[in-house]
Amino acid sequence: MHRVLGDRRAIAILLGPALLVYSLIMLVPMVWSFGYSFTKGNTIDGFTGNGVANFSRLFDDPAVHDALWFTLKYAALVTAGQVVAGYLLALLYVFFLKKSSALIRTLAFFPVVLPTVAVGLLFQKFFQVAPQTGPVNSLLNAFGVDSIDFFGSAGSAFWVLILMDVWRSMGFYAVLLFAGLVDIPDEVLESARLDGASGLRLIRHIVLPLSLPVLMSSLVFSINGTLKVFDSIVALTNGGPGNGTTPLTLYMFQTSFTYSDYGYGSTIALLLTVVCLLVSLVVYRVSRRDLTES
Amino acid sequence: MAIDTAVKTSAGRRGRTGDTARTHRVRAPRRLWVKAVVTLLLVVEIYPLIWMFLTSLKSNDDYLNNSTWALPTTWEWGNYTEAWTTGHLGLYVQNSLLAVLPALALMLLLGTAAGFALQIMVWKGRSLTLLVFLAGMMVPPQMILLPLFTAYFQTGLSGTLWPLILTYTGTGLPLTVFMMATYYRTVPRELFEAATIDGAGILRAFWTISVPMVRNALLTVGLVQFFFIWNDLLIALTFTNDQDMRTIQVGLLNFTGDFGATQYGPLFAAICINVFGTLLIYLFLNQKVMKGLTSGAVKG
Repeated sequence: MHRVLGDRRAIAILLGPALLVYSLIMLVPMVWSFGYSFTKGNTIDGFTGNGVANFSRLFDDPAVHDALWFTLKYAALVTAGQVVAGYLLALLYVFFLKKSSALIRTLAFFPVVLPTVAVGLLFQKFFQVAPQTGPVNSLLNAFGVDSIDFFGSAGSAFWVLILMDVWRSMGFYAVLLFAGLVDIPDEVLESARLDGASGLRLIRHIVLPLSLPVLMSSLVFSINGTLKVFDSIVALTNGGPGNGTTPLTLYMFQTSFTYSDYGYGSTIALLLTVVCLLVSLVVYRVSRRDLTES
Repeated sequence: MAIDTAVKTSAGRRGRTGDTARTHRVRAPRRLWVKAVVTLLLVVEIYPLIWMFLTSLKSNDDYLNNSTWALPTTWEWGNYTEAWTTGHLGLYVQNSLLAVLPALALMLLLGTAAGFALQIMVWKGRSLTLLVFLAGMMVPPQMILLPLFTAYFQTGLSGTLWPLILTYTGTGLPLTVFMMATYYRTVPRELFEAATIDGAGILRAFWTISVPMVRNALLTVGLVQFFFIWNDLLIALTFTNDQDMRTIQVGLLNFTGDFGATQYGPLFAAICINVFGTLLIYLFLNQKVMKGLTSGAVKG
């Protein structure tokens, strides 16, 4: 009977188109991009071979060091922020709101579906000083604190960015982790309670270990996403002031399209890919070890 | 019940274990700090949207000179028509629809067929093929931008919406294939074997039997991908140099420079149209959207 399900012609017809499109749009360009990193030039002027010059430039370029450092810092902080905030929300849903949490879950999920560009522009106006004092600075003024030019320095712009991205995604992680918490069997909680665990101790010793698998997959997902951050930064600060909030993705984009340097742009893209793979691999290994322990 | 009691003990109400779950369900939300947290949460989630909406109805003078908290002195609904027509928002929405809908249709069709071939059909190398698809989720889109830009330029596709349609389809396939294959795992293979005994070819069985069975999954995956593509900035920014080809996100980003720099009302109106449009879809289908977006993430 497996002859029918093993029909090669049918497999080719069903899988072929998807594989073709996927190869043409993703696989071939990946290899091609790797090839570009040994060239200089661009589509309009043409490409010339450049050896490994792009790679040595990559190691010496202070802008790359800054962008790489920024990317890692951003990914670590936003991941920590959104997973912790999401977990606290999930605990709130499961243990305190219970049946009535559906409405809150829906509302807290709002920002997840909103276009990042719109959210970026909104936060820009929300935190601005001039020409109009935005709500945040108005609030500071009301408490007698002077207005802060949040986008005037890289440091404060960075914190607004972190705040915005945690705001955007904590509802998402809350629902994800909520699903993990709901799966914890009632009997386990009941017997832990009978053994005298309560409150924070119950959460620390019972709930947290049992929700570790879903926490770990949230972590992997979050890091994988935050390393690729682009939209929210372009919309909020466009990398500024100076290049104080420029991640690798944006630096790659600027190198390629503002300075038309495709070869070096591809080299930066390659660095980004390697970073993504390395970090994912490390997190994956660590999470595997944790899972087998618990 | 267990959770109810856990809540109770966490508040230090020991010795009243005899209480029924029902009394606690009523009592729990009454606790003051829970209420405070929920209120804070609601303010944080919703106030920015309210502020944005109110600001979208202000005139420039009103925006610049009056308190940011105040209601509009006159309600300028004209800001919306201004954004839609003079700000070209209508055109941008149309471009987005023309790029997103064909890409969605293509992606779902190809992805479902591939998911079927990878999960239901039996052949050597299918798990490896699935892995090759999955690898696509890890790779940052920056890695494929420049070669694609060259390819579209040389084939003369630049200046049309085709680069967007093709790129969205290709980049969306990994997640679509993965999710469809996962859904097909719940459908027993025997069903299709039986169908072929009754004389339907396997292709026909795929189309007339399996596709209706995964209708729900198609809606879920379709919604998830819709939000991803509709909200995309990077790919649209790269492949739409022409102002007439801009999608809604690129248009909105350029809005500040082109038109909104001194026209705050229309700028906020444009943001509102974008935000409330997606919000409306979400409110109608919120369970589906939530489930879809999070189920796509677990294996991410």
